[in-house]
Amino acid sequence: MSTRQPSDERRDERATGTAAAPRLARRQWLALAAAAAAWALAWMVNEHLWTWLVRDVAQLSGRLGDGVHFFVYDSLKITLLLVGIIFVVTVLRSFMSVERTRALLGGRREGVGNVLAAGLGVVTPFCSCSAVPAFIGFVAAGVPLGVTLSFLIASPLVNEVAIALLLGSFGLGPTLLYVGAGLVIAVVAGWTLGRLRLERWVEPFVFETRLGGQLVDPSLGLTWTQRLQMGREEVRSVLRRIWPYLLVGIALGAAIHGWAPADFFARYAGAGNPLGVLVAVVIGVPLYSNAAGVMPLVQALYAKGLPMGTLLAFMMSVVALSLPELILLRRVLRPRLLAAFVGVTAVGIAVVGYLFNAVLPS
Amino acid sequence: MIIKVLGPGCANCVNLEKATRAALDHLGVDAEVVKVTDFPTIVGYGVLRTPALVVDETVVLSGRVPTADEVEVLLADALR
Repeated sequence: MSTRQPSDERRDERATGTAAAPRLARRQWLALAAAAAAWALAWMVNEHLWTWLVRDVAQLSGRLGDGVHFFVYDSLKITLLLVGIIFVVTVLRSFMSVERTRALLGGRREGVGNVLAAGLGVVTPFCSCSAVPAFIGFVAAGVPLGVTLSFLIASPLVNEVAIALLLGSFGLGPTLLYVGAGLVIAVVAGWTLGRLRLERWVEPFVFETRLGGQLVDPSLGLTWTQRLQMGREEVRSVLRRIWPYLLVGIALGAAIHGWAPADFFARYAGAGNPLGVLVAVVIGVPLYSNAAGVMPLVQALYAKGLPMGTLLAFMMSVVALSLPELILLRRVLRPRLLAAFVGVTAVGIAVVGYLFNAVLPS
Repeated sequence: MIIKVLGPGCANCVNLEKATRAALDHLGVDAEVVKVTDFPTIVGYGVLRTPALVVDETVVLSGRVPTADEVEVLLADALR
């Protein structure tokens, strides 16, 4: 990928007018095409390369060879998926903004509003560190509480990191199942919370906040150079943030893979245990990790015979509800509403887990 | 010139403040950099996604962390 500073290009464009712009634009698209080709090549040779290096060059065989091969192959596969999907998703999302989402949600009734909010939660660029300003901005602008909460549930639950990892580990079917279930949970939980009429458990200052008149939409007026730069920057910052989780997750996964007795988990949390999903959710909610740390664990537990519904419920409860986000939200939600938020979302996740376990062949 | 960095104190806000200070140094401009961490005030500026940069009460950027060079362009525009 290009190492040139995009701001230099912008200044060049300003200084020289339009003459230099097409050349710079062409160079930038060529760099992007080269990066895409390199990605595709790495994806294609990944397995064969490691087979050759581990088996033929390093002469490793048996369990050690299997382990080393799996580790390097899988790590590279996950990294490639993350890089590709995060980059593409970030560039696409740069056309969307929280401001536009709020404008789309303003004046919507509950029901339709919840569906729209859940969908927008997936496509809007957002991180949980902005949960509080977004919450205040939505509610103060008249977006119903339940609709706002649908947005706040969907946004972390259906995220590109989870999608990339599910695609890599389980393929398209379970990924679509996860996305669909996540949307349904966000819609139903938000709608339910809206019906409960919990407005008086929102901190009063939220309704008293006066919105400034000069709203800026960050998605407007960006050049392609800036959008591509945002994609690169997001890939870098996400990878920097999640690699420790990924390593711990892979190590735990490997430990379960190698040392846990074959029927240990299946016996205690398998399809035969009616409390399995509930236990998974109760463990998952307070656990603070992200999809990257949970996925290797989920993969190992699946190999040990745990049902998919239990595992998806576990993963959802880890990514959807996290202690740091709840501490942030406590600034705007009083404990009773916060408890209802956690409770309704967790129940939704558990119901989906049981449903999958009942419907999916084990 | 009064510059405000809006954000609750997450990593992004720290990075934006760093980029802003670097840009000011490079421009040789002496300006006051104020951190605004109070949520109602942040939302009062119309900002829904932190971090955001406010120059003399005008929001010039929100929702992402720019490079120091980019902040420099923004500040130079604001100075004009």
